[in-house]
Amino acid sequence: MIEHRPLLTFFTHLILGIGVIVVALPVYVTFVASTHTAPEVLQAPMSMLPGSHFVDNYAAVLTHGAGESGAGVGRMMVNSLISALVIAVGKIVISMLSAFAIVYFRFRFRGLVFWMIFVTLMLPVEVRILPTYKVVSDLGMLDTYAGLTVPLIASATATFLFRQFFLTIPEELAEAARIDGAGPMRFFWDVVVPLSRPNVAALFVILFIYGWNQYLWPLLVTTQEDMYTAVIGIKRMISGGDAATDWNLVMATAMLAMLPPALVVILMQKWFVKGLVDSEK
Amino acid sequence: MAMEKRARFRSWWLPYALVLPQLVVTVVFFFLPAGQALYQSVFIQDAFGGSLQFVGLDNFRELFHDELYLASFQVTALFSVLVAGLGLSISLVLAVFADRVVRGAAAYKTLLIWPYAVAPAIAGVLWMFLFNPSLGVVAFWLNRAGFDWNYLLNGGQAVTLVVVAAVWKQVSYNFLFFLAGLQSIPKSLLEAAAIDGAGPVRRFATIVFPLLSPTTFFLLVVNVVYAFFDTFAIIDAATSGGPGQATEILVYKVYKDGFKGLDLGGSAAQSVILMVIVITLTVVQFRYVERKVQY
Repeated sequence: MIEHRPLLTFFTHLILGIGVIVVALPVYVTFVASTHTAPEVLQAPMSMLPGSHFVDNYAAVLTHGAGESGAGVGRMMVNSLISALVIAVGKIVISMLSAFAIVYFRFRFRGLVFWMIFVTLMLPVEVRILPTYKVVSDLGMLDTYAGLTVPLIASATATFLFRQFFLTIPEELAEAARIDGAGPMRFFWDVVVPLSRPNVAALFVILFIYGWNQYLWPLLVTTQEDMYTAVIGIKRMISGGDAATDWNLVMATAMLAMLPPALVVILMQKWFVKGLVDSEK
Repeated sequence: MAMEKRARFRSWWLPYALVLPQLVVTVVFFFLPAGQALYQSVFIQDAFGGSLQFVGLDNFRELFHDELYLASFQVTALFSVLVAGLGLSISLVLAVFADRVVRGAAAYKTLLIWPYAVAPAIAGVLWMFLFNPSLGVVAFWLNRAGFDWNYLLNGGQAVTLVVVAAVWKQVSYNFLFFLAGLQSIPKSLLEAAAIDGAGPVRRFATIVFPLLSPTTFFLLVVNVVYAFFDTFAIIDAATSGGPGQATEILVYKVYKDGFKGLDLGGSAAQSVILMVIVITLTVVQFRYVERKVQY
């Protein structure tokens, strides 16, 4: 701090405190709602203190979801977890391989390959949603894990990140490997992969959150309840209208669906920040 | 490609095998669908997938004469200006104050960044729950205070709701980048200005804010892209584009016309227009990156 200004310091904490409260408010209310019975939530205004049905509500949604629908949120969380992991790991693997090829080999069509990957940066899934849906449906991938994940696996961001990082690996390492008679894949496994560990960790955090929070895509490709992800489950629960909705259970589901990515951000904060900054370079 | 490796490996097949997985996924799920969108945008097709009729640019011409589409453009413009403007100013204020904090800075940071982890759809549900006219806590107090709040009927209020939810979710991201930008400003500059008698406000206006301008510009582009595309889930969960078309942004209309209205040609033409917008934004962003590298 440059100079001592008690009033400004007080004001600083006041503003940040308000910021923290506003950021936390909706989640607090959600938590409170998730601990009441459905009629208690419908009372206006709902009590602002937690109720006594925490265990009942969470046990109910985990096993059989909200209302009559049947599919438990436990199952949906597993679906979310599988999709998030496949998307994160899949993206990291295919982009590391292609970035390795682009940086360490000179081959015909290298420029074309680079350009083809580059141009995908510009096409978010929302833009080409209908034709992509048609492709996936023609391939018989609706309501499968492959359909949920594979179309989201190709992205230029991760490839660029690895390419940029590989370019900073000292030349001497590759030369030494060649002199020692190590082939390219040996070099990849023993040198490139271990050196990339921090980048992989950072990217994993970002991609896990990206995969877990997907909305439009799973909304389209899943029609069977046992393939819903947690985020989609919430949307399906509230589409019946206000009166028919068990808001306490919806809010318990929302808490459960927020928990894993929030924990990842908080516990792996260092990697999260690195991943965010790196992937936007 | 500015830099090249001198040491290279040689193999006639390995590099192709290495890029194959990414290329297959890219071709099947990017180029094929994008090509199809381009192709369909110049045809009309009946809803049952029957006869195709070539209509040239008629789909586009029709769009620009369609009042609903033009209205959607206006909604999108208003929405992105509000989301980017509010999101950037609020997070800048928080970052500037967080940068001043000596004790507890890490705690504030943690408490402010976690909404990044909340799915946009869930953010929409949370805020919808707070503002729901029949059961929302905030809506209750607004009505109690004599304010006639019902976003299900009032378009302006619906826009407010989705803007609030979208900004809430994006503040954490902007905050992190602003904070990093602030922390990279040399303290000696600020100390020199303080010794010369410049107070905190003056220092912010003449030193800090100009030095932050690259970060601000970068975030502006990111936030506009966010408002255009990533807010789809917020809008679908909170208002479903309603009431009427009040919160129907362009991306939402592509989805609605394509999946609910089954107007394939019109939806494809809208996709093509969106692609042009994204490509423009991406080029702008890359221009900026290039300039940053030259610094």
